[in-house]
Amino acid sequence: MMFQNVSELVQKAEEDGISLSEVMIRQEVEETGKPREEIFAEMGRNLDIMEKSVEDGLEGVQSKSGLTGGDAVLIQKYMAEQETLSGNMLLDVVSKAVATNEVNAAMGTICATPTAGSAGCVPGVLFGLKPRLNPTREQMVRFLFTSGAFGQVVANNASISGAAGGCQAEVGSAAGMASAAAVEMAGGTPQQSAEAMAITLKNMLGLVCDPVAGLVEVPCVKRNAMGSSQAIVSADLALAGVTSRIPTDEVIGAMFRIGESMSPALKETAEGGLAATPTGRELAKKVFGPAMGSE
Amino acid sequence: MKFRSVFDVIGPVMIGPSSSHTAGAARIGKMARELFGRKPEWAKIHLYGSFAKTYQGHGTDVALIGGILGFDTYDERIRDARTLAQDENVDIEIIEEDGSSEHPNTARIELGDEESTFELVGISIGGGKAEITELNGFELRLSGSSPAILVMHNDRFGAIASVTNVLADYKINIGHMEVSRREEGKEAMMVIETDEKIPNDVMDQLNDCDHILQVVTISE
Repeated sequence: MMFQNVSELVQKAEEDGISLSEVMIRQEVEETGKPREEIFAEMGRNLDIMEKSVEDGLEGVQSKSGLTGGDAVLIQKYMAEQETLSGNMLLDVVSKAVATNEVNAAMGTICATPTAGSAGCVPGVLFGLKPRLNPTREQMVRFLFTSGAFGQVVANNASISGAAGGCQAEVGSAAGMASAAAVEMAGGTPQQSAEAMAITLKNMLGLVCDPVAGLVEVPCVKRNAMGSSQAIVSADLALAGVTSRIPTDEVIGAMFRIGESMSPALKETAEGGLAATPTGRELAKKVFGPAMGSE
Repeated sequence: MKFRSVFDVIGPVMIGPSSSHTAGAARIGKMARELFGRKPEWAKIHLYGSFAKTYQGHGTDVALIGGILGFDTYDERIRDARTLAQDENVDIEIIEEDGSSEHPNTARIELGDEESTFELVGISIGGGKAEITELNGFELRLSGSSPAILVMHNDRFGAIASVTNVLADYKINIGHMEVSRREEGKEAMMVIETDEKIPNDVMDQLNDCDHILQVVTISE
């Protein structure tokens, strides 16, 4: 492995004078022995799946439970009809993240980035930034490699599973990955990508995984909305030269330890947090009948 | 290093809604099917921890059943796996277990037909990745991210060498290997992860080696 943590990843890029995405591509070639073109093409197929999920979600989908669906359409309509508060680019990002997660909740086809519950952040940021930055297809594929490099570090040093580390491990990781990749696509340095990752993840620490009725719907879809918007704001902070006082790897370590000390009720078991609210329980009963909601 | 490839993190392409509870479950089911080697007549699926608590909402049950029917994580037939299992005369039983398990997302799958039965324990470790932790009572670690051979054998000297010699003859490199046994001199098992797929004639030769009881393979 060329890198075990973020500091080694950044160091490798700086020493060799290459981008973070390039480090990830070279690492993948070394690890799998597959030709570079094949690896690039495989990531290209994932990119196409993501684009299709965004498109499907923007047309409007509904989940079987009826808990989620249609919000991506609402956001786009709002943007088209009136002056928004946070600006059209940010809301475009958010609507595309929401679109992806609505498709996921409806048992549609998505690409997990790094998980299904957090699948909206990376494509939301990528396809939301597309009209602003006009990236080439190669740059868009590279965005996914950069995201993957940071995701791999988190997965190997902490966790990307809500059941093991709470939502901070899922949407937190996804948002961090997206912000780091956004910095690279916008022309920032490898170190600035690391700063964006740290700033995003710091603000996701402690986030619990408390899905209503155990479904990847409430609050997952909206957490992706907020994760993707944080990714954009953190990327801008990093590009402005703002740095994280706590190094990225230590933030990842903190995330891991917080996940370890989190109560099992708050780790994807649907026994605590929003799932345990009166309305959360009521919704669970409606979806599955009395057995599920009564505890 | 559990996550070695970038596609462990950017991927898999899958049917929603949960990478650990749907895609990871489908992978555990598919590994069980491949190791059993054929369509079973019945499957008993025991669910533990978060799997037991949330399987209905995540489609964990249909994903595991879909995997047992041989479907990949992105196969849209997963949604109708229960009906499809009925159509194919595979008897399915889902059992919610109260007991604790080491990992929150754990499934124990028993498969069987007139000929034999088979049992494994799989865990879904996040992002759609899964591992097999127990097979027919033997503890092991099998990720399914490389091709692998599982060899049930008698615990005798030379058994391991005879297997590795065959692999060496075919220039197949071993990436990871572990051996465990129930008791000295009794049944034992080898798990061998390789860099390339195992051709059928290699499997035949392995089956003919001394002290070898059964050889099964799992592709990537």
